[in-house]
Amino acid sequence: MTEPIDIRADLYQEIILEHNKKPRNFKVMDHPTHFAEGYNPLCGDHLTVYLKVDPEGTIEDVSFQGSGCAISQASASLMTTSIKGKKVKEAEILFDQFHRLVTCALDPKKDPHQLGKLTIFTNIWHYPARVKCASLSWHAMHGALNKVQKVSTEE
Amino acid sequence: MKTRTAFPIDVIRKDFPNLSVTIHGKPLVYLDNAATTMKPRTVLNALKRFYENENSNIHRGVHHLSQVATEDYEATRDKIRDFTNARHRQEIIFTKGATEAINLVAQSYGRTFLNKGDEIIISHMEHHSNIVPWQMLCQEKRCVLKVAPINDQGELIFAEYEKLLSERTKIVSMVHISNSLGTINPAKDIIAAAHQYKAKVLIDGAQSINHKKIDVQDLDCDFFVFSGHKLFAPTGTGVLYGKLEILDAMPPWQGGGDMIASVTFEKTTYNTLPNRLEAGTPHIAGVIGLGAAIDYVHSIGIDAIEEYEHELLQYGTKALTAIPRLRLIGTARDKAAILSFVLPNVHPHDVGTLVDQDGIAIRTGHHCTMPLMKRFNVPATSRASLSFYNTKQELDKLVASIRRVKEIFP
Repeated sequence: MTEPIDIRADLYQEIILEHNKKPRNFKVMDHPTHFAEGYNPLCGDHLTVYLKVDPEGTIEDVSFQGSGCAISQASASLMTTSIKGKKVKEAEILFDQFHRLVTCALDPKKDPHQLGKLTIFTNIWHYPARVKCASLSWHAMHGALNKVQKVSTEE
Repeated sequence: MKTRTAFPIDVIRKDFPNLSVTIHGKPLVYLDNAATTMKPRTVLNALKRFYENENSNIHRGVHHLSQVATEDYEATRDKIRDFTNARHRQEIIFTKGATEAINLVAQSYGRTFLNKGDEIIISHMEHHSNIVPWQMLCQEKRCVLKVAPINDQGELIFAEYEKLLSERTKIVSMVHISNSLGTINPAKDIIAAAHQYKAKVLIDGAQSINHKKIDVQDLDCDFFVFSGHKLFAPTGTGVLYGKLEILDAMPPWQGGGDMIASVTFEKTTYNTLPNRLEAGTPHIAGVIGLGAAIDYVHSIGIDAIEEYEHELLQYGTKALTAIPRLRLIGTARDKAAILSFVLPNVHPHDVGTLVDQDGIAIRTGHHCTMPLMKRFNVPATSRASLSFYNTKQELDKLVASIRRVKEIFP
């Protein structure tokens, strides 16, 4: 790696540490319309994402529960706050943008996006082993919306 | 004073070129030896020598290079026979690793000699490679897999193991040293107890081969397996030791070149041991490298290694447990130099990523022992596994790095 790396600035930023400590929307949902389990067999990160989508396609409620590293917990928490109240279509666009962001296929400074504070994950590609931690909950959310009930990062 | 103060650590470290690299601008502290060990220069030179001067296939061809290659390859078999104190050289079968060796026994011995209702005993601390091959066999032959429990220190509960033994027990397969816990199992007692019921015993020596003297005759195990790459040799090399009369009764498990005496389209007669169980061109250079690795271990002395590593273990245990709220997973009385731990509020993967920034390589995860993680009610651990080229200063660096992790995750 040629660029200097500052792990506190790149990875363990205050906002991530804070969301890890107090994850938002951390609960099992009663009567979800959609849900899926996400599993990363490499590190054992394991979570379930629940969604309540109304007939008009608005995500009324979203929550998650599970265990994993700080990156996966904080990312799941931020995922829920980013898509709550949005249309399914908008959530899917965010999923695509987030996926491209963490795999270095989207440059938030140049490319159009609606990621907002999710750009804190911009430099995670410096840590290839951790990209899947950040994207796990997003894959689970995407799987839930598409009626895939189990998502593994190794497939 | 004993001679151990003279353990030539500075000289030894210079023998391993990879130890002198820097990671993120810091000198590498390599504490992932249970995953794989570094290779000494003599092993690297053996590979280079083979590919530059002796490159050839073995056991065929009358040309000079083929004969040189065959002699060097077979010389490793003799070195391993001597290293493990096996009775005969034909008892040493080359595989591509410990995993393949276990699969060989399950597939060849297991499928031939086990029947419906027969039982196989493993322990709760097995690596997946000593669980899954037996599950596959049980499924096919409708045998029963039994699991001997362990206590909170990570020791086999011997009395419970004995209770599982019966006339139905056909195979006991247990790890010698746990890769996740460091527990040294009482292999000799495990074997003697199983033999009372005429069960065959396989000892998984993947973690013990480089930490203590192995004497397969003294152990009286029926099978002993290990990987070359954990013994300072190239990946893709491994060994199955089996008692001659047992190997002799086992059918080939893979067909191909080298394992035959003669082939016609109507009938093939098989070669004798050890070739019968070694189909195809093996990792010749790797096996020659394994021979060089054993020479290297001899040059230091396995007893001196064991003693030095024990000193490191004691030092590391004391240093790590001085960190507030750090919990060691695996506190067996008889233990090898493996330190698995968890910290409250920090997931092992965050620990792993953060200490990596200080150039420190540890393993984080389930260590291919998921049932064991469940037993200790943790999703994963951080693991520092030591070798004789590690130092107390490196352990100090680990401890300092973990203290910095705790500042980020108070």
